[in-house]
Amino acid sequence: MAEPLLEVRDLKVHFPTDDGLVKAVDGLTFQVMPGETLGVVGESGSGKSVSFLTVMGLITRKQAIIEGEVIFQGQDLLQVPADEMRHIRGARISMIFQDPMTSLHPFYKVGTQIGEAIRVHQKTSKKEAQDQAVEMLRRVGISKPDERANQYPHEFSGGMRQRAMIAMALSLNPDLLIADEPTTALDVTVQAQILDLIDRLREEFNAAVVIITHDLGVVAEHCDHLQVMYAGKIVEYGTADDIYYSPHHPYAWGLLGSITRVDEAHKERLHPIKGLPPSLIFVPSGCAFHPRCPYVFDKCKVDVPELLPSDGHHAAACHLPLADKERIYAEEVAART
Amino acid sequence: MLRYIVRRLLWVLVTLLLITLITYLIFFVMPPTKPEVNFAGKQPTPELVAEVRRQFGLDKPVIVQYGLFAKRIFLGDEYGWPGLGFSFTTRDALKPIIFDRLLVTLQLAIGAAILWLLVGIPIGILSALRPRSVFDRAAMGFALFGVSTPVFFLGPVLLYIFWFKLGWLPGSGFYSIGQYGFEEWFMHMIMPWSVLALAFAAFYARMTRGNLIEAMGEDYIRTARAKGLSERRVVMKHGLRASLTPIVTILGLDLGALLGGALITETVFNLPGLGAFAVKSVFSGDLYAILDVTLIAAFFITFANLVVDVVYAFLDPRVRYT
Repeated sequence: MAEPLLEVRDLKVHFPTDDGLVKAVDGLTFQVMPGETLGVVGESGSGKSVSFLTVMGLITRKQAIIEGEVIFQGQDLLQVPADEMRHIRGARISMIFQDPMTSLHPFYKVGTQIGEAIRVHQKTSKKEAQDQAVEMLRRVGISKPDERANQYPHEFSGGMRQRAMIAMALSLNPDLLIADEPTTALDVTVQAQILDLIDRLREEFNAAVVIITHDLGVVAEHCDHLQVMYAGKIVEYGTADDIYYSPHHPYAWGLLGSITRVDEAHKERLHPIKGLPPSLIFVPSGCAFHPRCPYVFDKCKVDVPELLPSDGHHAAACHLPLADKERIYAEEVAART
Repeated sequence: MLRYIVRRLLWVLVTLLLITLITYLIFFVMPPTKPEVNFAGKQPTPELVAEVRRQFGLDKPVIVQYGLFAKRIFLGDEYGWPGLGFSFTTRDALKPIIFDRLLVTLQLAIGAAILWLLVGIPIGILSALRPRSVFDRAAMGFALFGVSTPVFFLGPVLLYIFWFKLGWLPGSGFYSIGQYGFEEWFMHMIMPWSVLALAFAAFYARMTRGNLIEAMGEDYIRTARAKGLSERRVVMKHGLRASLTPIVTILGLDLGALLGGALITETVFNLPGLGAFAVKSVFSGDLYAILDVTLIAAFFITFANLVVDVVYAFLDPRVRYT
């Protein structure tokens, strides 16, 4: 088996606050293989963004108690000094964010902002950086890139700004692109374009991609693997098909039940997951999902379930026996259609 | 853009006309000052008062007087252009007096502005980068002290300490560069500048801190960090650019307002500026002097507003005027 590009081992990110310790990420272990697309799914506060901001070194030990290992290309990023991390960030790992409206600086031209990213990591003249920026804008499908490079972000539409962000993130040909909710702030029609663009560029640039999202439906077809996060932990991991067609965790059932599906001819209401996301200070005992789980039994309130594989590529952290899971999910799907 | 500026300039003109008209009317409506009686001397004959009245042009209807005043402003009078008229108390031309005094006020205001920018903005930046640190708390304590200490208190206290007790700085009064040389002028201006600048420095420090803290929480700062920029560059280029732009606006307005005269500072340090002159003119019922000072103060404020709006369009690409 090939060497993973990124391997996160037992990562914990805890924020000390006046109200108590916020356990945003609490024992996270996963890996990203070179060239693959990993989808990270969970609701707000599940720790999906925080874990990758920590990987990027944008959350540091100044703000949080960080434990564990983040091995990227054989190097533990958590041990890398801040000024060295700067050379990895933006060059070998880069990140795009949820809201392209606010993620670009309103006072600088788009081309300048992309050129700046290039010039931090490469010794090039301003002119060369500008030319490269124009070339990147062209590659992300912006028409008249030389004119566009001289415009300000407010002259771009939302989808174009996200393209510009992607151009900036890929301008140094990184090995890993982290996309934090890249389509949440965009129109539905533009969402598909951006995800297709990321797919295409992943192949062109031969990079691995992590797509962080709360919308399982949007990313499923673009990801090789999916991991579902809840309360700072992974509750289910598998291929996109595993999770989309035979999910094993009641939380994943809930996520799938709350997606609108056009292909299924159901005219009834959506099924939201009942209850609220858990407090990350007073995390529920046992399985963190147990207060909201419709299939909860005694063991769930006491024992923390481990992420156990059911076959080679599919694992879930749930105490229900596998046979029950398959039976219950089949019933749920039947009831919905 | 040019069309916008021309249109705004015309509005400045209209504003100034309205302001002087109102000042004119107030002068005649308020408790009757009779400049002609003051000027005619002790126990004047009614004929003399009437003669002075005629010479001052006060015998005509108020609206005609105002029309003549406005006409002289635009076309000049016997003392040159712009026609600022003569003083009712001395009968001297007002133009040279007012320009001299404006020059003093300019020196006071601009020197103070440089000082408060040099003090206020760095304090604000350092505070914003380490919120709730010892430095931040001390700086914000200073800011509270600064905004809440009145000039009429601070001025005399500083004079007492640095002039009377320690003798480090000279006392009050204005010593022009032309007459006394740079050092004498500078030493005499240090205290007025400091006193005038304190409240502004405090305010600017608070504002810079607030703006920068807000800017550093913006998404584009996270983007800048994600690019791998050094923290220094993130703050100095991306953070400050966004947080100092609104300060340019406030600076323009503050300067504009101060050029009409910093009355209390001028009074405490005995500087012959516009503010002190305005008060003197009001007390002696010197109609043209009051109007001229009002006109100049109003001009600087309205003009500063225009300049600020134009400059803002250059600083913030999202702002465009048509």
